Amino acid sequence: MQHIVSILMENESGALSRVAGLFSARGYNIESLTVAPTDDSSMSRMTLVTSGTEDVVEQILKQLNKLVDVVKLVDLTESAHIEREMMLIKIEAIGESRAEVKRLADIFRGNIIDVTDTTYTVELTGPGERLSAFLQALSSISILEVVRSGAMGISRGEKTLGL
Amino acid sequence: MELTGAEILVQCLKEEGVEYLFGYPGGAVLHIYDALYKQDDVKHILVRHEQAATHAADGYARSTGKPGAVLVTSGPGATNAVTGIATAYMDSIPMVVITGQVPTSLIGNDAFQECDSVGITRPIVKHNFLVKDIKDLAETMKKAFYVATSGRPGPVVVDVPKDVTGQSAEYSYPKEISMRSYNPVSKGHVGQIKKAVELILSAKKPMIYSGGGVILGEGCQQLRDFTQKLGYPITNTLMGLGAYSATDKQFIGMLGMHGTYEANMSMHHCDVLIAIGARFDDRVTGNLEKFCPDAKILHVDVDPASISKTVKVDVPIVGEVVEVLEALIAGIDTSESKVDTPALEKWWQQIDVWRAQDCLKFDTESDKIKPQAAIQKVYELTNGEAYVTSDVGQHQMWAAQYYKFDEPRRWINSGGLGTMGFGLPAAMGVQLAHQDKTVVCITGECSIQMCIQELATCLQYGLPIKILNLNNGFMGMVRQWQEFFYDKRYSESVMSVAPNFVALAEAYGHVGIRVEDPKDLDAALDEAFNKHKDRLVFIDVITDPDENVYPMVPAGAGLNEMVLV
Repeated sequence: MQHIVSILMENESGALSRVAGLFSARGYNIESLTVAPTDDSSMSRMTLVTSGTEDVVEQILKQLNKLVDVVKLVDLTESAHIEREMMLIKIEAIGESRAEVKRLADIFRGNIIDVTDTTYTVELTGPGERLSAFLQALSSISILEVVRSGAMGISRGEKTLGL
Repeated sequence: MELTGAEILVQCLKEEGVEYLFGYPGGAVLHIYDALYKQDDVKHILVRHEQAATHAADGYARSTGKPGAVLVTSGPGATNAVTGIATAYMDSIPMVVITGQVPTSLIGNDAFQECDSVGITRPIVKHNFLVKDIKDLAETMKKAFYVATSGRPGPVVVDVPKDVTGQSAEYSYPKEISMRSYNPVSKGHVGQIKKAVELILSAKKPMIYSGGGVILGEGCQQLRDFTQKLGYPITNTLMGLGAYSATDKQFIGMLGMHGTYEANMSMHHCDVLIAIGARFDDRVTGNLEKFCPDAKILHVDVDPASISKTVKVDVPIVGEVVEVLEALIAGIDTSESKVDTPALEKWWQQIDVWRAQDCLKFDTESDKIKPQAAIQKVYELTNGEAYVTSDVGQHQMWAAQYYKFDEPRRWINSGGLGTMGFGLPAAMGVQLAHQDKTVVCITGECSIQMCIQELATCLQYGLPIKILNLNNGFMGMVRQWQEFFYDKRYSESVMSVAPNFVALAEAYGHVGIRVEDPKDLDAALDEAFNKHKDRLVFIDVITDPDENVYPMVPAGAGLNEMVLV
């Protein structure tokens, strides 16, 4: 099963490589990983999407917690949470497909953020599944480039991940 | 007080009570060596290869419980130290390794003797630091020692660029340190302790399985109190030998691949397994699917990640071994449940039947020297009180089986990483820490050659180590596996060209003795341990090349499927 792990870590050089190194050394999967500083510039927030059996995921969480740079972490998948991912996608937009792309972008609540005579670039934000569904819907149209941010997440309600 | 970075480093080592700094100079650490030259508190031990510096610091740490300290230069100095750092990491040994680095302005330029030491060591350290600003140096050193010695201990690398050691800054050493991202657990959870007490007292066929964590956590007295209060059988892992007295009647030997029959059978048939400071290593468990099929398992460990890593446990307790064992003892004292004495008596009768197999018996009439006999004689000659280091292979297993350790921190070996070449440099660290004690390095003719250059270091510092070289002309454990599992195709395991060890020892200024006939063994050992008490003696013992380590749990088998002879 897929798990979204949110990690608060010291904003130190090399902290990212400790996490990435842990996953490769122990043979765990990383499906996506995003990281950026938070409002507190001494800390970074990382969201990591991984998958495995319950035992493996339990080990992943323990091993991450053991890293000296990791301040706190939470497996968002364990309770109600919101997941978002951003995708930028450049699509061929000529002839009949030009109108079709515009229509599909509207249906998926995407924004066209760049236009040329032959292309549209669409920005789409949502849960990963919706992004994948958009790609699926475009299957008959020529996709030129796809950039996905990887998932970020936050708990629903009053629960927070902080010091 | 304004000091240079080099002086700050030395001052930090003093503050941490470092007696010996094991190292080797080089360009990037010249400022530090200059600062060392100007003081007498921290004694530098000049090894002949950086690998030996880490092993020696490791031996010092294992035998004293204090952190080892190492200083090496950048590039090859750091990469040579890697094997020793990984060795310490696998066995959770506290150690601080200072690696020199090229000046900050050159980092990333492929400068002379540059390597990414922090990157290279990252997977084999508990934590590491690159100090780019001299203002962070003292605090980083404090953190390094704190992280290395607290919780589950381990090696910490501090990478210090040359310019940082040359600059000056105001120095003050922090008295306390706290890190928001690092808070090891000490006390066990009260609810879990309660559950554990009930489980322990519900046992009809209990088994205590304790590992190196009990020694690292200084919990040996508590382990003894706990075990004796209950009257339960106890086995120690390879890393845990000495935590419980090997000559006590409740001790049923080491467990695992080359453990005793009684220990492995008791593991397999127990109904409650009490694991303390052990990590269910693959050499201990054998085939996981066949491991302790009928047991409820209680696991005490300071590292949460050790729990349910390979074996699912029923009652986990995360905490320091001393705290948890004291809580368990108190819980047992106040519990309404009591030890099931009749069931326990029956269980001991069964264990005694397994014991009667006498699985460690060997041929005492042979006209070749049996390695087991040589170790037994050393055990007798040293009254079981020596500090024994070993390398890796057959001799290591025989030493673990035939030298009965009654005290912790006497048995020093590379259990996790299995590093050949560990024994002699580790013995140097042990001997420096215990100058009036007998230190024996039990090794083989292949392992000893991996760090043989340290014979020079031993002479320089007058270390009267006794090297027992069990010379069978083979990489014995490789040969044993080839005999069993590769139809006796001894591929590259024959050490057909070995030096004349007696001459070699003499060339390094030591005493060399060679013994081939069992009849001469007593006299040779007497000469080594008594006549040449104050000198390093290299005892080259030519042993039976066909001897194998038994009993043995073959790979993929359960602990109850041992091969006895």
